[in-house]
Order: sequence, then C-alpha cells, then structure tokens
Amino acid sequence: MTKAMKLTVNKVEHEIDVDPEMPLLWVLRDVIGLTGTKFGCGIAACGACTVHLDGEPIRSCVTPIGDVEGAVTTIEGMGTPASLGMVQKAWLKHQVAQCGYCQSGQIMSASALLETNPEPSDADIDEAMSGNLCRCATYPRIRAAIHEASKMLKEDA
Amino acid sequence: MGKKDTKDVEEQKSKKKRSLTRRVFMLGSMAVAGGVAFGAYHYKKPLKNPLQDSDGEITLNPYLFITAAGVKVIAPRAEMGQGVHTTLAAMVAEELGVAWEDVEVIHGPASSTYYNEEVLKLGLPFAEYSQSTVKNVVSGVTDVASKILGQQITGGSTTTRDGFIKMRQAGAAARLAIMEAAAYEFDVPASELKTNNGEVIAPNGSRLKYQDLALDASAIKVEQNPPLKDPSQWRYLGKAMPRKDMVGKVTGTAEFGIDVKQDDMLFATVRINPKLGGKMLSFDAAEAGAMAGVVKIVDLWDGIGVIADNTWTAFQAAEAVEIEWGDAPYPQDNDGIYAEIEKAFDEKPNSVLRDDGTIDETLAAAPDVIEAIYRVPYLAHTPMEPMNATALLKDGELDVWVGNQAPTVIQDHVAKAVGLNVENVRVHTPYLGGGFGRKPEYDSAVQATKLAEAMPGRAIKMTWTREEDVRHDFYRPASLARMKGIVSEDGPSALKLDIAAPSVYRAQAKRVLGIAPPGPDKLLVEGAFDQPYGIPNFQVNGYLSEVDVPVGSWRSVGNSYNSFFLESFLDELAVAKRLDPLAMRLKLMQGVDKPSFDTLRAVGDIAGWGAPTGAGRGRGAGFGRGVAFCYSFGSPTAQIIDVSETEDGVKIDKVWCAIDVGTAFDPSIIEAQVTSAILYGLSAAIYGDITFEDGEVVEGNFDEYDALRMGNAPPVEVKILQSTGHIGGVGEPGVPPSIPALANAVYDLLGKRERVLPLGKSVDFVTV
Repeated sequence: MTKAMKLTVNKVEHEIDVDPEMPLLWVLRDVIGLTGTKFGCGIAACGACTVHLDGEPIRSCVTPIGDVEGAVTTIEGMGTPASLGMVQKAWLKHQVAQCGYCQSGQIMSASALLETNPEPSDADIDEAMSGNLCRCATYPRIRAAIHEASKMLKEDA
Repeated sequence: MGKKDTKDVEEQKSKKKRSLTRRVFMLGSMAVAGGVAFGAYHYKKPLKNPLQDSDGEITLNPYLFITAAGVKVIAPRAEMGQGVHTTLAAMVAEELGVAWEDVEVIHGPASSTYYNEEVLKLGLPFAEYSQSTVKNVVSGVTDVASKILGQQITGGSTTTRDGFIKMRQAGAAARLAIMEAAAYEFDVPASELKTNNGEVIAPNGSRLKYQDLALDASAIKVEQNPPLKDPSQWRYLGKAMPRKDMVGKVTGTAEFGIDVKQDDMLFATVRINPKLGGKMLSFDAAEAGAMAGVVKIVDLWDGIGVIADNTWTAFQAAEAVEIEWGDAPYPQDNDGIYAEIEKAFDEKPNSVLRDDGTIDETLAAAPDVIEAIYRVPYLAHTPMEPMNATALLKDGELDVWVGNQAPTVIQDHVAKAVGLNVENVRVHTPYLGGGFGRKPEYDSAVQATKLAEAMPGRAIKMTWTREEDVRHDFYRPASLARMKGIVSEDGPSALKLDIAAPSVYRAQAKRVLGIAPPGPDKLLVEGAFDQPYGIPNFQVNGYLSEVDVPVGSWRSVGNSYNSFFLESFLDELAVAKRLDPLAMRLKLMQGVDKPSFDTLRAVGDIAGWGAPTGAGRGRGAGFGRGVAFCYSFGSPTAQIIDVSETEDGVKIDKVWCAIDVGTAFDPSIIEAQVTSAILYGLSAAIYGDITFEDGEVVEGNFDEYDALRMGNAPPVEVKILQSTGHIGGVGEPGVPPSIPALANAVYDLLGKRERVLPLGKSVDFVTV
C-alpha cells in the first residue's frame, strides 16, 4: 500500500515511503516532522494547513501526497526567528498573533496573495483571506499587516 | 572592587547567611484572601518552590530563574492567546530591573504554589461592583472553595489580578537578594547599590552581572514583603510591550500541544461515544486492526483509541472500527432537551441573588406588564487547535504534555487514571491553540495517559479529529428565560427575570472534586442579577436544570447568555415607551455605580450616539444601531453596533466598545483581547448552535459550525478606561454585550425582535 516517493519541501528533498492517499499535511507533520503547518479541520474549511505548491496556496489537509507534483513551501521556508521574511516582519510589527495556531496558514495565504497582487485592496484581502479561520479573530491586525507587508515589499523592491 | 576568594571571607559570608532566618517567600496578595475565611489556610503556609536549579539556571523564588541570558520567568497561567505570558513577565521584569530582550517566559511545572485565588471569588454570590460585600463571605461555598483554592487554574479573566502582587514581588524579592549578594562582593551596604538592566552598580561605578550573583543570592532570605515601585516609575507596565510569543508564532516554531515531539513517538486518536456520557457496548476492530500502520487498538470503556505510526492512519482506522454505543443519559433530541430544561421552572429557584422591592405585588397590580420568553442554544468552544495530548509512561513515571488551563487538576486525574502518586507525574504545558474555557478539562490528557499505559515506554501523541472535538465538548449550556417588566416614560420600574439552565459550576466541581457544592449558583445568573441597574423592583431567579449534557466554562460563562436576556429585554422596554435605550440605562445606573455610568457614556461619545430611538435611530432606513452593557469580571463594558441592509444580507458595519479595566497593563494586548472577545461573541450570536439528534451532536466541523471570517468581521474600535486602582479582567468582558448589542441593532434595522439564538437562523447575514 505504501509507495516510495520524493518530496521537495523548502528546497530540501525528502525520500518518503507512505500511502499515496495520505494528505500532504500529515506527511509534513508526522513523517518529516515539520510541525509549523497546522491541523484544524481536515476538510479544507479553516485554512490552518495552508502551504504553497509551486507558489500556489493549497490546503494540505485534503491534498493526497500522491497528487503532489512540484515544490512545497511551508511556514518554515518563509523565514526563521533569526531571519524573518517580509510578511513575518509585518506580522511582528502589528503584533498580530494571539493564540497563534492559525497564523502559519494566514501568513502562507497572505504571502501568496501578495505574490500575485502586490497592492491588494480591502476587498482583495477579504476574498483571499476568508478561507482562513481565526477563532481569536485577529482579522483587523491581519488586514493591517498585509497592507504593511505590501508597503515593505514595494520599498524593498 | 575585585572578587574576594579567600577562605576567611567565604566563612564570614556563610556564617552571616546562616544567621538569617529561613528563606520564606511571602506573598502580600494573600492579605486580600486573608480577609475571607478560605484564605486563612494558605495565608499561614509558606509556599514551596517547585523549581530546581540546573546548569546555568538558578532559581531565586517560584517565579524565576536567573540565567546566562538574563531571566527566565515562570508565568504559571496558560498562554492561549491572551498575552498573559507577556504581561506577567513584564510584572517580574519591571521590579527585577532587566532589559526586556533578556526576558524569556515559560509555563513552568504544575504546582499548587501557583494556585489562583482570584478565580475562586468569581463563584461567590455577590455583584462585583459592590466590592464591600465580598468581605462578608457566607456558608456553602467555602469548604469547597478551600479545595479549589489550591488549584493552578487559568480562567475567569483573573490572571493579571491574581498576578499583580505576586509577580512584581517575585521580581522585587529577587532583586533584593541579588543586591544583598552584591553588597558582600562590593563590601558596601546594599542600600547604596543601584541596578540597571541586569547589573548591580556600586557607588564607585563598578558593576556585577545578576548571573554572577545569582548563586549567592539563592542562599539569601528575603522575608519582608519587598517594597514595590510606584506606578509612576513603571518602565514596562502600562505600555504596549512586544509579545514574547510573537516571533515563535509567526515562524511556525512556537510549540503547541499538537506539535510535541518525543523520541520513538507513536501517533493516536480516539473515537468516543457520540451519545455523550454513554458507554461502549461492544466493538469489532478486526478490519481496523489489520490496516497497515496500525499498532494497537485500545478499549477505553466509552470508546476506543487507535495507536498507529501516523495520525492520519489512526483517523482512518478509528473510523473503520465497528462499534455499538450505549445510550446518552439525556433526552434524545433538541425538543426533548429544551422541554427538560423548561421543567426546572416548576421547582423552587436555586438562587434568588437579586430581590429588590416587591416584584410580585408590583407586577400583579400593574395594568401593562410586558412579557417575553428567550432562548439560547448549547455552544461549542472550537479553539483552532483540536484537543490533543501526549503521554509517556515509563518505569512508574508519567509525563504528560497538554495545552491546558489547569495543570494541577490534570496532574491529579492522570495520576489517578494509572494509579500513580502525583509526585510521579509531570504535566508539561506547551502553548494552547486557543482555550476559551475548553481546556481546564482533563479528558484528553486522561485518554492519552490510558493509551500510553497500553504501550509502556513509548510516547503516544493523541490528536482528535475536528468532528470529535465539536461533538465531545463541555458545552456552554442551553438556557431559557422568562421575563416580565413594567416601564413608563420615566423608565423601567419593575423587572423579573427567571432563568433556567444546567449548572456549569456544579458540573465542573463534580469533575474536579467529585462533589457538587450546595448553595446558590452564581454563574447561573451572573450577567443578570449583578448588573448595576437601580430598578426599584428587580428580581432575578435562577432555576437549575439537571439535563446531563456535559457543560463547562465558555468564554464569559453565565454572562454569555444572561446579558443577552437582560439587555435585549431592556431594549424591549425602551422601545415600548420610545425611550432612548442608552439614556434609559444611564438613568438606571445613576447613583449605583459610577464606573459603569461613565463607561456607557463613553461608548456613546465615541460612536456618536444621540439621535432619538425609532427606525434606524437617526441613521435612516436601511441602517440600525444597538447598544448593550455588561459588568463582568471586574470590568464594566459597553458596546454599540451598527448594521445595515445590503444586497448580500445584513452587514455588521462597526462595533464600538468602551471598557473600564481599572488598570491597563498593556493597551495593545487589551485592545486585541477585547476585539477578539467581541468577534467571538458575534460569531456565536450569528452561527453558534449545537443541536442534538438521536442523542448525538449534529454539527461536526466548521462547515456546520462556522464563525466570522475576514470578509464579514466588522472593524472594532476600543476605548480603554482606567477609573480607579482596581484590576478588571480583559479576556472575557467583551463577549457578553456583543450579543444583545447585535440583536438590538437587528431590531432597530428590521423591526423584528429576535428572542432565540443564533440570529442567523432567522436573519440573513452577509456570509463569505
């Protein structure tokens, strides 16, 4: 039932041998040990598991590993405590997180949005971010941080 | 002055140290509890330091280690988003005199040393705004209270109130001990020394680092309550501090319970009887047990656990087990449950904590009595992190890792589950991915422990599916209210509120202590009886229902439903006589509680309230505006909500909130918490509905139990007031008024009075 596969995560190639039906989320968390990506619902209803597949945001909890063709980027690939990515810096500046559990997914969705739309309007943010649930309801600060990141990325360019 | 290392000096020092009295770390805050009966026991007993020195970490008292990098603070309350690790650490750092970047924060071990004295007072049957009554503690609660008192619990928005003296004294006492140690080294009196950012400075300018003095300081006794800084000298408190958990939480490196990693760890899940409280009659695990990756299937009397080599396989296998479930001990469906709750009205009230004037005579004599019946449903907590726990049982020692709000309670119950003494059990608390009152419960920790018992020597990380989480909660209870009132052009003159609900207080006490306390249940009627309204005839009766659906603390507990009942009905009374609902409330508060009056007036000011009542309250057709107030957890809180009709449905345009927290320790965290509480309340007001069929909860995941999202969460403007020196709560008080403020705004918009929650069942709100 298991199958040997190769998976590239944050530019590192992993050899895995698992059931191709296993969602990418659990490969990341339980097999590779990258726990920054979170389990929230298992049905793509909360966005906590959001990662990038070749730059596109996907819900890893419903993506069978056998279907993954391309490079995966997780929150761990966006920056580290010693070297934060731009979106993470904006999150820090606006002190966004409360419990913090959904924030990996929020940052992955926000980064993907900024990638395709460097100056999103509030309506664009509503559209791109409403799939990411936050029970602490940090939405106002997430919105402010996305606008901030947009500004920072522009200045940096 | 150089370091003295001659034998003579060493001898002299140790002699002097011995002559000092035994090291006792007294907590001044207990003087508060000392005024009430249940505080006496702990007041006289010095607290043990549960910390132990390790390499490069020296503990000076239960709240800190001095480390090579600075200070490691033990913030013994659950960091579940409220920012308590930051504010508690700021309290220590403020007095200790260290740079903010040199402060690290951890949860620390489970210990009764870290008991929460404030949470207990919430159960006392008094209105919080009348502080003087708290001194006259009566019967019933106290013996139970003294047992709860020893518990390390996060709840009731009590963390800063409870920590304010303790944490600052911990910092101050450590600083004094370090200065004493430096006095020996410098050979000058301690009174001539100064400290700055982790260094002691001698009059001649020479300096010693805290870390080089810590070992000597740890032998020095600080007996007196150390003097504390005047608030005017505060560097950290009162300011927005960079949160200590922020970098970890934006990089995916913060460790939540679900992220725990141990050597040789296996993964697991459980499937428990969805007929809550029912047994498992039989199960067949033949198919599940044969699945690749499944290690073991464990019988847990009320369900099964599956241990596997990854979580997903455990989920799949748990579903594949064939199980015959026993029945639930409550009515099978919603109608039956509500009928059962209603029956409580036929008995005598459990509590009559407010009885002003002559309510029944007044109502009987009045020609126009306004009556209404209200109802709210059961609610789940749905923190983003589903319930989970990791356990390792090895050689008679048990380690449990679980994001939790009550480490000592969990320690007791996991120990009992495998027949160990608590001395052999260590509870480790990682970050909580939300709590909201769900995680003082020990259910998941006990399950993980049972699974670990089946696989001794292997760490087992157990994670629930979201469906398991929604369907096995300790719910906010459903509740019914019957209200009667009399109103004239001068305002309400009579109000009678009968409330029936299952008791959270008794259910929790039964789970924690094994007994349900007698006496009136304050939590059942809080948010109603204790509100600062001078209505001449005002009675609030609480009726206890015995419906056995598991219930627990849900952010703001009884206030979450009673504020909806009271504040909606006050709006009905205002509408009946075309009174301005805000002005009407202000008049009722006059002479009762000034902070409440000022808070309500303040929200009116920031929202530009002032137009007369009626359709749209001055904003015109298509717009509505509602107001509500609630005094809870020491903080009077008033809100105004604007709504409008759009093509996509009713939209919440904006929320204004004024809250009097007494003392604002961190304005950024307070703003975040109050906003969070309001949006949590509004999510419940619109979506929250746990229903039952065949004895089982119907809703299972976020597709059926949703909450506000980016696209429909309104902006929130928070005005923080600081009236006097008291310390109000912050995490919960935003919830209660949000729900009636929305219902009142919806009435103002549509002319339709919504007396049953959730509002989303009868009103189309904008969805995303």
